[in-house]
Amino acid sequence: MATSHSRHKWRVLFLIFPSLFWLIVFFLIPLLLVFAISFGQRGTYGGVEWDLTISNYFRFFDPRDPLYLRIFGRTLYIAFITTIVSLLIGYPMAFWIASRPPESRSSLLLLLMVPFWTNFLVRTYAWILILRDQGLINTIWTGTLHGWLISLSQVLPGLPLEGLIHLTTNPLPLFGTDLAIIIGLVYGWLPDMVLPCYAAIERFDFSLVEAAQDLYANRVQAFLRVILPLTLPGIVAGSILVFIPSLGAYITPDLLGGAKSVMIGNVIYSQFMSARDYPFGSAVSFVLMALMLVGTLLYFRLAVDSGKGESDGGQGI
Amino acid sequence: MKKMLILLVILVAILSLSACKGAGGQQELATELHLFNWTEYMNPEVLSDFEAEFGVKVIEDTFSSNEELLAKLQAGATGYDVIVPSDYMVDIMIQEGLLAELNKDNIPNLVNLSQTFKNPPYDPGLVHCVPYQWGTTGIGYNSDEFEDPPDSWAYLFDPAVASLYAGKITMLNDSRESIGAALKYLGYSLNTTNEAQLNEARDLLIQQKQWVFSYDSDQYEDLIAADETVMAHGWSGDFFMAAVEDERIWYSIPKEGAVVWADNMCIPVSSKNKYTAEVFLNYILRPEVAAKITNFTWYASPVAAANEFIDPEILEEPAIYPPPEVFERLEWLEDVGEATPIYERIWTEVKAAGP
Amino acid sequence: MADKAFENQTGDYQHRPPRGIRIGRGMLTMHGLMSYVFLYAPILILLVFSFNASRFASGTWRGFTLRWYLELFNNEALGDALKNSLYVGGVSTLLSTIFGTMVALVMERYKFWGKLAFDALLYLPIIIPDIAMAVMLLLFFVLAHMPLGRYTIIISHIAFNISFVAVVVRARLAQFDITLEEAAQDLYANNWQTFRRVTLPLLMPGIMGGALLAFTLSLDDFVITFFTAGVGATTLPLRIYSMVKLGVTPEINALSAVMLVASFILVILSFLIQKGGGTKVDLV
Repeated sequence: MATSHSRHKWRVLFLIFPSLFWLIVFFLIPLLLVFAISFGQRGTYGGVEWDLTISNYFRFFDPRDPLYLRIFGRTLYIAFITTIVSLLIGYPMAFWIASRPPESRSSLLLLLMVPFWTNFLVRTYAWILILRDQGLINTIWTGTLHGWLISLSQVLPGLPLEGLIHLTTNPLPLFGTDLAIIIGLVYGWLPDMVLPCYAAIERFDFSLVEAAQDLYANRVQAFLRVILPLTLPGIVAGSILVFIPSLGAYITPDLLGGAKSVMIGNVIYSQFMSARDYPFGSAVSFVLMALMLVGTLLYFRLAVDSGKGESDGGQGI
Repeated sequence: MKKMLILLVILVAILSLSACKGAGGQQELATELHLFNWTEYMNPEVLSDFEAEFGVKVIEDTFSSNEELLAKLQAGATGYDVIVPSDYMVDIMIQEGLLAELNKDNIPNLVNLSQTFKNPPYDPGLVHCVPYQWGTTGIGYNSDEFEDPPDSWAYLFDPAVASLYAGKITMLNDSRESIGAALKYLGYSLNTTNEAQLNEARDLLIQQKQWVFSYDSDQYEDLIAADETVMAHGWSGDFFMAAVEDERIWYSIPKEGAVVWADNMCIPVSSKNKYTAEVFLNYILRPEVAAKITNFTWYASPVAAANEFIDPEILEEPAIYPPPEVFERLEWLEDVGEATPIYERIWTEVKAAGP
Repeated sequence: MADKAFENQTGDYQHRPPRGIRIGRGMLTMHGLMSYVFLYAPILILLVFSFNASRFASGTWRGFTLRWYLELFNNEALGDALKNSLYVGGVSTLLSTIFGTMVALVMERYKFWGKLAFDALLYLPIIIPDIAMAVMLLLFFVLAHMPLGRYTIIISHIAFNISFVAVVVRARLAQFDITLEEAAQDLYANNWQTFRRVTLPLLMPGIMGGALLAFTLSLDDFVITFFTAGVGATTLPLRIYSMVKLGVTPEINALSAVMLVASFILVILSFLIQKGGGTKVDLV
């Protein structure tokens, strides 16, 4: 930009000041506060005693008593599966939307978003209604489906339907399981996966695939070696946007998991709301944030390294 | 000129009068009262009647756990005039200096209370709070599924019995209550700080988990009504309210003993409408009003004088108004102070256990 | 660079996967449609049961009724909560959109000392889970003796929304054709005029996109609002939480139905405005 240096400085300052102020006062400082408090101790009635100690972290990482590590591990596992599943559902979905004619694309994207303008809690409750033993799926499973199977077996006695009939007598144990939690999380964060993938796919130049085919690549190879790497930035962004909230989830495990499963978000919540152990809660919170930061940085590194292909592929040939 | 002066004087007089009123002065009623209450715990008619009589609009916000209430107050949420903590939480709040002392002159209806509640263990002499409703925590059930009402914690904890109802029972999502139930079944005090006893309770709860449908503090009675479950660990009044719509549902107090709890109306120190709040507290101590509340919530009223106005069905139900022999086996929850993290940790272990 | 701009504005002829790529074309369409069914199934169930005459939101069908909608409209507390939500949403969206756009301009156009560090700081609110941010804000307000209320919610919402708006606007800026600004300056426009009459209009879709995102995030936010709300500051999600704790009555279903219809109307309106406006607006 051809502006004089000092005007340039003032302009930058002016533009950046409000955000800088906000992020420092209402983000950075609270962050440092949490870090500071994590070294304190819980007072008798739940206050913070500034008796500096590293014991809260020891408590979390204690190998002799790996309760919290176990919970953390389980949380990572659930978040990871959630991310994979939403990728498997979301990427093809984004691909399909991108392959529609341009007019339908905007509508499809909006249709994607609209369910999420109802309320998150209510949507979660809807899933309870669907998954539980007397819910939608099981009413069909033990009712309609069961009935059909029985009629079928009467009409065509030759068919080996015994096993299926027996299976459909009892409801599927969907509610209160990790599966339910994963379903709830995938449902909640699907658009966060679809949109970045869509953005990347939409920008992708399909003439590259034709070029690959000219070079005798078959469909699978074309996908794995051309499309996938070049849409990777979208996949990376989508994965991060799904993994992170899944890691911090606490309402979904409470509602869909029947409160029988503890994720790290539940631990933090209960430290602040029930146990009133602010220092320990802060320590757990900080570990979570630190992990997220490190993970994101690593992931970005990987993406940048492989994504370097994009700038060549987009304009090279 | 003279006219202007007179006008000015009148104006100043009006302004100063309204300023006085605005300050919500010592003995003036405010226009609004902020009530922070549990959900569905106040008969809306009572609030509108109060407004009709005193001209004060009551705005109700809700919370769903004592800890949430405490967290909000400790975080500096000012503006609430009346809050409704449970017994042990009153104790904690008094220690933390969060509650105002009541000016008994403004609450003459205190005489209407029953003897027990004039001097409860958690607030002797009723310095800070006025008892609001009390009840017990026991077992609610679908009477169609049981020949005899489940009157023992064994129904929830004994493997021989509980496994029969596997996947069809719920426990409260509350560490003190659920650990307390286990402790009662084992014959210990609900307020024990003995680690060995607590560990026993923990193991019992972990073993029970396989039969538990969910840990639920909000919808357990609805789950019974929807035939998802047949037994639930829960608070007395909730089951009775559900029974109004679904007659199969009923409640019993386990014979080993249970939690007796009382919710109280108190005034936070930060309230600016103390006088109005005290007038409100006095109002709900009126026999007819107290009865109106109980007839709505199906919880017991601490106001003895209200008995003549309470629905006889409620009054005669031993699960709501337990006879003295049963009352003896009930225990109040008290704050366990330094042992609180131990309870929390056990609860986390129970929740984290399993497949 | 110029090629890209050209492509985006004339329509995506180049971008459709050519017919040769039939990666199980039929299967892909099936998958797409099934995914939408997956998305809408719970919503439809909510809708259907909002007319159920049973008190239990999930029970057996007991007949058709409009009772829950009636109760919904008479629910004063809900009305108050909606007002709070709109107020909080409006203010926080306005401020975070302005701040976010400003910061996006700086990040995409200028170099300065500490830019990398600030970039990281800008991304942090996006990568931090709700609950971690909620507790740290709560702690901050408590220790700073700031009373909780509507303003603490607004402050909190702005704190995370600035980053989201910035991301959206930056994406738009990255695709921006600088030559247009240079052309304006060649025609003797000064910096402010260039900004106002070239940059801003072209940036508008991105800014609107960011504002829409911020508003949605603010309106639906539960966790952070839950921890930082004070007296009389109950927003819609918080009120729904209490209602849901009460026991899910079909009134909540009715509420969802209303919210859905309102969203649809908004969407259709925005389409009509777009069509009327003439310029094709990119939504992503």
